[in-house]
Amino acid sequence: MFPTPIEKRSLPFNLSYRVAVWIALILWLLPLVAVMLTSARSTADINAGNYWGIPSEWMLFENYALVFTETPMVRYLLNSILITLPAVLGAVALSTLAGYALAKFKFRGNIALFAAFIAGNFVPFQILMIPVRDLTIGMGLYDTASGLILFHIAFQTGFCTLFMRNFIVGLPDELIEAARVEGVSEWQIFWHIVLPLVRPALAALSVLIFTFIWNDYFWALVLVQSDEVRPITAGISALKGQWMASWQLIAAGSVIAALPPVILFFAMQRHFIAGLTLGATKG
Amino acid sequence: MQKLHSKQQQWMPVLFLAPAVILFVVYVIFPILQSIWLSFYEWDGIGEKTFVGFRNYIELFDDYQFWVALKNNLYWMVFFMLAPPIGLGIALFLNQKIMGIRLVKSMFFFPFVISQVVVGLVFSWFYDPSFGLFNKALGLFGMEPVAVLSDENWVTFGIIVAGLWPQIAYCMILYLTGLNNLNPDQIEAARLDGAHGWKMLRHVILPQLRPATFIAVVVTVIGALRSFDLVATMTSGGPFGTSSVLAYFMYEQSIFNYRAGYGAAIATVLFLIMDIYIAYFLWRMLKSEKA
Repeated sequence: MFPTPIEKRSLPFNLSYRVAVWIALILWLLPLVAVMLTSARSTADINAGNYWGIPSEWMLFENYALVFTETPMVRYLLNSILITLPAVLGAVALSTLAGYALAKFKFRGNIALFAAFIAGNFVPFQILMIPVRDLTIGMGLYDTASGLILFHIAFQTGFCTLFMRNFIVGLPDELIEAARVEGVSEWQIFWHIVLPLVRPALAALSVLIFTFIWNDYFWALVLVQSDEVRPITAGISALKGQWMASWQLIAAGSVIAALPPVILFFAMQRHFIAGLTLGATKG
Repeated sequence: MQKLHSKQQQWMPVLFLAPAVILFVVYVIFPILQSIWLSFYEWDGIGEKTFVGFRNYIELFDDYQFWVALKNNLYWMVFFMLAPPIGLGIALFLNQKIMGIRLVKSMFFFPFVISQVVVGLVFSWFYDPSFGLFNKALGLFGMEPVAVLSDENWVTFGIIVAGLWPQIAYCMILYLTGLNNLNPDQIEAARLDGAHGWKMLRHVILPQLRPATFIAVVVTVIGALRSFDLVATMTSGGPFGTSSVLAYFMYEQSIFNYRAGYGAAIATVLFLIMDIYIAYFLWRMLKSEKA
């Protein structure tokens, strides 16, 4: 283990380390603490410029109630869910199929196709913006959830295929070959042998791209314009314009927007990190 | 891998690949070509397109705003490179087995999980000239307040610092995982040879962390070139376009100024710059694939 385990150091060093870790954490998260405190402040506090101290009176419940009743926040939240869940499902499904084909079948152009998926995943969004916007308008899907979902599925398929392909490559060939000799059809092999084996990868991938899609802002600006469809990232940003002086409400909205990915991350931490660092152990 | 026997089964990989490939071609590959093609046209986004050859590019290279955005992207790339070493530093600091350390590690990772729009809002407060914590801190040292986000000289750096916050968290996680997978025998052997501290880090640990460093550097460069959300939420490129980056400049020209052809030219330039890194990443990835 590196650095040297702290237990092997002197007692004062050991103790001060334990304190330092928590102080560092508070400093690191200070901006977030401030937002959370601000979401509980009263208007009087805001007007008096008390942004960083302890709120003079706690308005936590009132502020959040106000956000939910006086702003379209519930709608935004619902939109984000309605966009993110199908997009995650679609991207993971398509890329598991594609990843399996790239990992376990030999055919001409295999590597080239794999390379195209990797490369596509890194391109700047702006090179896609105008054509994708036109395509979405052309299909009559501009300002609909389906328009956003389709794009997210297509784009995330690049990263997801890279991920699934690398995971499936590691599965033993013998299982698949034994089934083939038995005369099991390729689809059955995929469904009954491969799919159960990739379950941990599916979990990791889903958590990871859930946060990617949930936090998307650019495509929400480009493909959507009305409150009825707008996801929470674009929603907060729109609220900022309308509620300029009511920082406590913007803060409450920000906390609401941040909560789902944070909760998911906490619940499925191991999977999340496994997803993020795939490829970091090789390459 | 093996050859498939029956004719029917040979079509299976095609069927497995078809949905993903079709969507990917329609939404990613084809639009890239279309954008490049569009960059040779004058187009307001709705009406007729007029072929203008390289005129968009000539205008672009004469456009002061383009050079400002490009320069800012360079600043982003240079200062974003602080994320891997700082991330490594935090990872080394946290790589201990004390009570509650798992919770601490995951909370350190928070900034990466939350939306950049929220990060942008948070940092706008932080920098606010009248009540922001940043200026209160400056005040403690007896310094004059600085309106970071409306000061031409500071604005880009202010946004970059906001961007570093999640990026450092990302690099930290990559390194924490790397530190977890170190080869303990090598470390013990080096310790017996009297290596410790900086020497140990440089000659024993860092070489083993190379895969993590590779990913950290690639995602950091790509992140710097992709920066859009923070610029859009914190300043909209202002004041007077001084904090714009290519991604935002392109968006502004195409959506607000109705210059889709010109926007496509900006996007193409950004795409070409990014291609250098994409090609490098692919080359490394495929090389390790063959090995």
